[in-house]
Amino acid sequence: MRLEVALPVIIPLFFGALTLILWRWRLAQRITTVIGTGLMLLSALWLLSATWQDGILVMHMGNWHAPFGIVLVSDLLGAIMVVLAGISGFATAVYSLTAMTKRHEAFGYYPLLHLLLAGVNGAFLTGDIFNLYVWFEVMLVASFALLILGGERAQMEGAIKYVTLNLVSSALFLSAIGLLYGLTGTLNMADIADKLSYADNPGIITVIAMLFLVSFGIKAGAFPFFFWLPASYHTPQVAVSALFAALLTKVGVYALFRVFTLIFTQDVDYTHEILLWVAAATMLTGVLGAAAQFEFRRILSFHIISQIGYMIMGLALFTPLAIVGGVFYIMHHIIVKANLFLVSGLVYRLKGTYELKELGGMYRSHPMLAILFLIPALSLAGIPPLSGFFAKFILIRAGVEAEAWWIVGVALLVGLLTLYSMIKIWAEVFWKAQPEEYANRPVHGSAGSGVLYLTIGGMAALTVFIGLGAEPIYQIADAAAHQLLNPSLYIDAVLGER
Amino acid sequence: METLMAFTVGGLFAAAIYMMLRRSIVKLVIGLVLLSNAANLLLFTQAGLLRGAPPLVPEGAMQPAGIVADPLAQALILTAIVIGFGVLAFAVVLIHRAYEVVQADDMDQMKDTDT
Repeated sequence: MRLEVALPVIIPLFFGALTLILWRWRLAQRITTVIGTGLMLLSALWLLSATWQDGILVMHMGNWHAPFGIVLVSDLLGAIMVVLAGISGFATAVYSLTAMTKRHEAFGYYPLLHLLLAGVNGAFLTGDIFNLYVWFEVMLVASFALLILGGERAQMEGAIKYVTLNLVSSALFLSAIGLLYGLTGTLNMADIADKLSYADNPGIITVIAMLFLVSFGIKAGAFPFFFWLPASYHTPQVAVSALFAALLTKVGVYALFRVFTLIFTQDVDYTHEILLWVAAATMLTGVLGAAAQFEFRRILSFHIISQIGYMIMGLALFTPLAIVGGVFYIMHHIIVKANLFLVSGLVYRLKGTYELKELGGMYRSHPMLAILFLIPALSLAGIPPLSGFFAKFILIRAGVEAEAWWIVGVALLVGLLTLYSMIKIWAEVFWKAQPEEYANRPVHGSAGSGVLYLTIGGMAALTVFIGLGAEPIYQIADAAAHQLLNPSLYIDAVLGER
Repeated sequence: METLMAFTVGGLFAAAIYMMLRRSIVKLVIGLVLLSNAANLLLFTQAGLLRGAPPLVPEGAMQPAGIVADPLAQALILTAIVIGFGVLAFAVVLIHRAYEVVQADDMDQMKDTDT
């Protein structure tokens, strides 16, 4: 029985309840939220180091042993994701200290934040497919409420699309679970993988695999299911946007990695070929959509989609190096993307708009912010020595080794177009002079923006750290990929030696 | 019986998708209700349909006698129904608020956030 496996789920649930009790005391809510997310980050780091040392950790809930009870399993991929959730949760909590207004905090922002983090961590750690569904729903319900916090018209419109497509995805997920249960008679993921390896009807398994692909594809924002994402991600408060951008789609990507390395590996030629096409189309549509946009957060939203394509590409190539690249890409992406959204929030705070054409002159007035934007932006585009360069380098090298030339070409082209979009933001927001007619709009000013600078600077430092210290990060990703490609490690850890 | 259920589930899915493709947001929510019920029924049917075979272990025995119904699937559906109910309650409140803000019941009027 390993307590640390459950802690990253228990801590946010506990602090969520605590902030509910402190509903009327805003200051106390803020303090407990920062403490709570900080503790969650620490417990996640503990979990990662324990998983690194002792291999895959399993906790049998209520001491009902697998495959009958629900298990929490922490393999390296899950532990890495929990750490990333901790980092982005903590950064969001600190950022919210000044970014959130009373109007939003009064309607339960902090309890919802904790609930969202609990759902995300639960999804990363569970070893039971139905439990995964339940955690998805916990996360979704919290995200629904966070999305409409504030009640603007754009938020309502965005939320309708977001809610509808996510509910369709959940219904498909549930149907796929039902079919899988009918086929194997078990819900434990390790047990399912074990049973399916003896199955002799590959046709129905492939059908179920495709249902999972569609369901998780919607959640991950993969082509052609991504429409809800650019319609909704630019509408909520920017701290919420940043958290969504960092975590929610990545839960979908994580689920894809989990089921397509552990469970559905019977017909790799077919399923992973489809994944590869999905990856290429996702990359291209995302980056082309971004090229057509002239609103800060919409550009960033479209770039989430194109980056999801890179992660799925790592999964689809299905060679050891490609999986390493996919895992590395997720680590790099969560930190960089959250940071870019946080920067956009600070720009909005200083200038009062997200429209590129109304912005300008920020390099002259706020050179520090300009540098802090440039670090994640260039990292996203893959400029060495920042984190994005190594992430793309590993993936493209894997593509070359697998002789999948066309996907390598697409990945390189999309990298170039990403640079175009980032330079567009740089030129419009920071470099050009601000048009006269927009210069004197009432804004928040720079009061209290020290905390915001601190958060953005911390995340930028992490980006530089991943870039300069790529070797240890690579080794962690390598070990995670090793576990993913040897499902017997996972199965033996959960079910015990048979 | 399974065949009948299969057709019911298929019909529910079809009706749900038809309703969701309409322009009215109220019909959208009806579509979501049908969709979650279709998924629940599918889960129910997958576990196998048996009449009058409750999964009870007789006193003193270690396992139930004969073939019994699968209780796990029913636990799953119960969970799924509760979750679906909560989420749908949220969706209804959401469309009500959206209706108040946008002053229209028409998806085509809600294109501000599209590109």
